[in-house]
Amino acid sequence: MRITCPLCGPRDRREFYYYGSEDYLTQPEVGDLDAVDAQLHLRDNVAGRVRDVWYHEAGCASWLVVTRDTVSHAVEKVELVANVKGILAKTKLKGGAA
Amino acid sequence: MGNLIAKRPLGVDPVGHGDLVLAEVDLGRVTSVAPFAGADVARVLKPLVFPAPGVVSSKGDARLVWTGRGQAFLFGAVPEGLGAVAALSDQSDGWAGLSLTGTGAVDVLARLVPLDLRALVPGQCARTTLGHMPLILIAVFGGFEVLVFRSMARSAWHEVEQALRMWGARAQC
Repeated sequence: MRITCPLCGPRDRREFYYYGSEDYLTQPEVGDLDAVDAQLHLRDNVAGRVRDVWYHEAGCASWLVVTRDTVSHAVEKVELVANVKGILAKTKLKGGAA
Repeated sequence: MGNLIAKRPLGVDPVGHGDLVLAEVDLGRVTSVAPFAGADVARVLKPLVFPAPGVVSSKGDARLVWTGRGQAFLFGAVPEGLGAVAALSDQSDGWAGLSLTGTGAVDVLARLVPLDLRALVPGQCARTTLGHMPLILIAVFGGFEVLVFRSMARSAWHEVEQALRMWGARAQC
């Protein structure tokens, strides 16, 4: 699998560290324990399009949001977390798996 | 205190095959430059410019090499006033430099670096890996400069020397 880093260009998957679902970019409100529990532990295991946080560990040290398909392995889109300003607004607190 | 003698990361003699030479490079003073958000570094850095990803800005011996998002390594003296517009940290003793220049440099490094090195031209650089070691790769005229953490200098030298000898042996068949 190859991921096209917005800064470095197409790179091998082994240069990247997988962090987890895009949900980790948002945090539940303090005190809402059910939401915290859901955010930490409840994930859909999607066959298809997923958005995950990756880290370009052996490259430019950027945090990335990678949109890819777990069935076809196609990588649709790679964005810098820093550039996706709306990302926090878009991923509202869902109180559960997205 | 008396003058202390700086120890080089490797202290080895160059090795080669034909006109291809692997040698240690004295990096001199190396400073990490990470501009503050919105700060005007251009004015202070002149005649150098803060490089775009994968680019080296150079003027004479001074070089500013892109090393990551919002970060570049400055080789040479630190301009006055730079500390006010960017976070600086001394990296001089943290890195070891090797140079591999001559015919076949691309073929030798291709055994260790997962990039299409034929596409790199002098003035370009890349962050990637050498084997499993974090790497700053700088394309120079006729070859490459290979920068790794100082603690990995001997491993890096061993890897590149081994690749060079294997490549040389194949070339003779």
